[in-house]
Amino acid sequence: MERLIKSINLIWNKFRRNNEGFWEELEEQFILNDVSAATTSMIIGDVRNHASMENINDIEKIKELIKDRVKKILMPVPPVPGDNGMNLLQGLKPSVWMLVGVNGTGKTSTVAKLANLYKNNGKSVLLTAADTFRAAAYEQINHYAELLGLPVVHHQRFSDPGAVVYDSIEKAVAKNIDLVLVDTAGRMHTSYNLMEELKKIKKVILKKLNREPDEILMVIDSTTGQNAKAQVSIFHNALGLSGIILTKTDGTSKGGIIITIKNELKIPVKFITSGEKLENIAFFDPQKFTDMLFPSG
Amino acid sequence: MFEFLTEKFEDIFYRIRNRGKLSPGDLDEAMREIRLALLEADVNFKVVKEFIGKIKIRALGQDILESLSPSQQVIKIVNEEIISILGGGISDVSFAPRPPTIFMLAGLQGTGKTTATIKLANFIRNKYGRKVSVIAADIYRPAASLQLSDLAKQINIEVYSKKDKKPLEIIIEGIDFLKKSGSDVIIIDTAGRLHIDPEMMHELKDIKRNVRPHQVLLVLDAMTGQEAVNIAKTFNDDIEFDGIILTKLDSDTRGGAALSINHVIKKPVRFISTGEKTDEFDIFHADRIASRILGMGDVLTFIEKAEKVIDEKKAKEIEKKILANELNFVDFVDQMKSIRKMGSIEKIISMLPIKNKTKMFSNINIDDSQLNRIEAIINSMTDEEKVKPYIINGSRKKRIAAGSGTAVSDVNKLLKQFSMAQQTMKQFSKFGKGFSLPF
Repeated sequence: MERLIKSINLIWNKFRRNNEGFWEELEEQFILNDVSAATTSMIIGDVRNHASMENINDIEKIKELIKDRVKKILMPVPPVPGDNGMNLLQGLKPSVWMLVGVNGTGKTSTVAKLANLYKNNGKSVLLTAADTFRAAAYEQINHYAELLGLPVVHHQRFSDPGAVVYDSIEKAVAKNIDLVLVDTAGRMHTSYNLMEELKKIKKVILKKLNREPDEILMVIDSTTGQNAKAQVSIFHNALGLSGIILTKTDGTSKGGIIITIKNELKIPVKFITSGEKLENIAFFDPQKFTDMLFPSG
Repeated sequence: MFEFLTEKFEDIFYRIRNRGKLSPGDLDEAMREIRLALLEADVNFKVVKEFIGKIKIRALGQDILESLSPSQQVIKIVNEEIISILGGGISDVSFAPRPPTIFMLAGLQGTGKTTATIKLANFIRNKYGRKVSVIAADIYRPAASLQLSDLAKQINIEVYSKKDKKPLEIIIEGIDFLKKSGSDVIIIDTAGRLHIDPEMMHELKDIKRNVRPHQVLLVLDAMTGQEAVNIAKTFNDDIEFDGIILTKLDSDTRGGAALSINHVIKKPVRFISTGEKTDEFDIFHADRIASRILGMGDVLTFIEKAEKVIDEKKAKEIEKKILANELNFVDFVDQMKSIRKMGSIEKIISMLPIKNKTKMFSNINIDDSQLNRIEAIINSMTDEEKVKPYIINGSRKKRIAAGSGTAVSDVNKLLKQFSMAQQTMKQFSKFGKGFSLPF
């Protein structure tokens, strides 16, 4: 992932004598990174006020203010001390995670990456092929399952995804599995019927598990523009998301959308993925992410 | 599709229109709003800047502030600029003089290349009656070629795929094989790749150089953000594509990426893909999309049409009559006719700059057959009855119903609606503003 702001120093030097130009160009940089206009103007406005109230005119200090503001937005509320993400699995067994999202964001690859991550941390993982719609979706997840040596529960194509999930949880309980990963079919948030189908899957989990899914993670492609907000808000209304997984961060898009999503919808990012290899996944770290966006120097 | 931009523009111009005349401040406000709307629609920042600059210069140059209908002028300018960016003209599919015509699809991961390959194959076969087949050249994503084969089988399209071979080999062999089996059109599905992955881009360049496809199409997710321009630019620098297939337009995406790419690298959107079904695919019509973006379908055509059919003098007369409570069926049918000259009711509604019109009108069943019935009823009245509707009694109603091929209840309904309309108009006129058509 590349940094968000090309170089604040550069912009600063360019507009040394003209503050207006500096703030404007900074604003442009945020927007060019798919941060929404509303969140951008909030961040810039806050930092500007702060700087003018305390009469801060030093570029390094202003940079710190911007970084702090963005970090404050991205921090989970409340922050968990010493959280390395593994505590996501400290609840009851099996932990059941649903992965959802629009078409083509990388849900199946992400399921494989998560499975690999937790398997390597000594957890038993069961994959669930609840995408019964897309041609060859099962073959794709099965390919990963074989690669990882993990079991996968599946039914025939076009069968009820709820039934697949039902079977999967039953199997997980019987075999004392730690983590059940449910790969759902990609769907447009604008499709009423398909969103209802997801709600049904969630209900099946609730019934079988006697509690809600432990995580409902929405997978977002980092090249997505402003529409990401509409996507997340509709999926969130339908399911109650617990977090975001930002994918394809090895591209040239910087993932500025997650700043908007956290700021305007209050949904935190939990993982980011960045490549085609199974190990290309990491727990989201606001500090690291912000440092990457605004490199020092 | 493009609903968001549409709504924004509708908002802005609805406000301006209601105020009548534009002030310089209004113009600035409109520009600010348009800028924001375009940015939130993922139109590239630099494109927005240029776009706004152009519109402003044109708007000021034409003294629109002095003109009688400044808001319409602004709309016209914005509309023209969007069309000019989207590249006017309809693009039909052209075929090589000597078959097979070879299409190659390329793009980032997850944009929908495999689905688009099948949809394009289906589209060309059904629309142009050609024998179309596909080649599965994505050897990287697990089960990608199986996905293509499955989809192809579903719609009876021949597919070539091979295991344990390099994409270029598969393609060359595939073309050879499919040529022999009599394919007119061959579509190649390539693996998704990052535009900054040198190895993978090299593979694509290599394929293009050796295979020389007639059409290279970039498959672009309509929900792509500000980076769309750079992605398209890099692909274009490496493999110079001919056009774009814009996918996932069934989302509520604002679709600005298409606008930006057109503007910056001058490559047209050729096809759009709008759903999970194989036939949800079409040729891209720039003018249609532009008018959708503006959300006024065609406010311009509408205004022009309205001006043509509505006689100012007559409108004044009617206003007087309403004030005097003398409106009758002669005027009613007159007005109805002039409005109907503009087209079907559905079409008129589609041209109106009203927010959420689809939601608003979805419950109201205004169809033309209903209006035909009303016209028939009025035409079956005597001249006296038309001017003095209150003389219509039971036996007259029976006659009118028989004459117009309707039921007495239909006649009753119309009379009731008419008297209600009279009342409403009278109330309007009491405000002293007079009555004018609402547009």
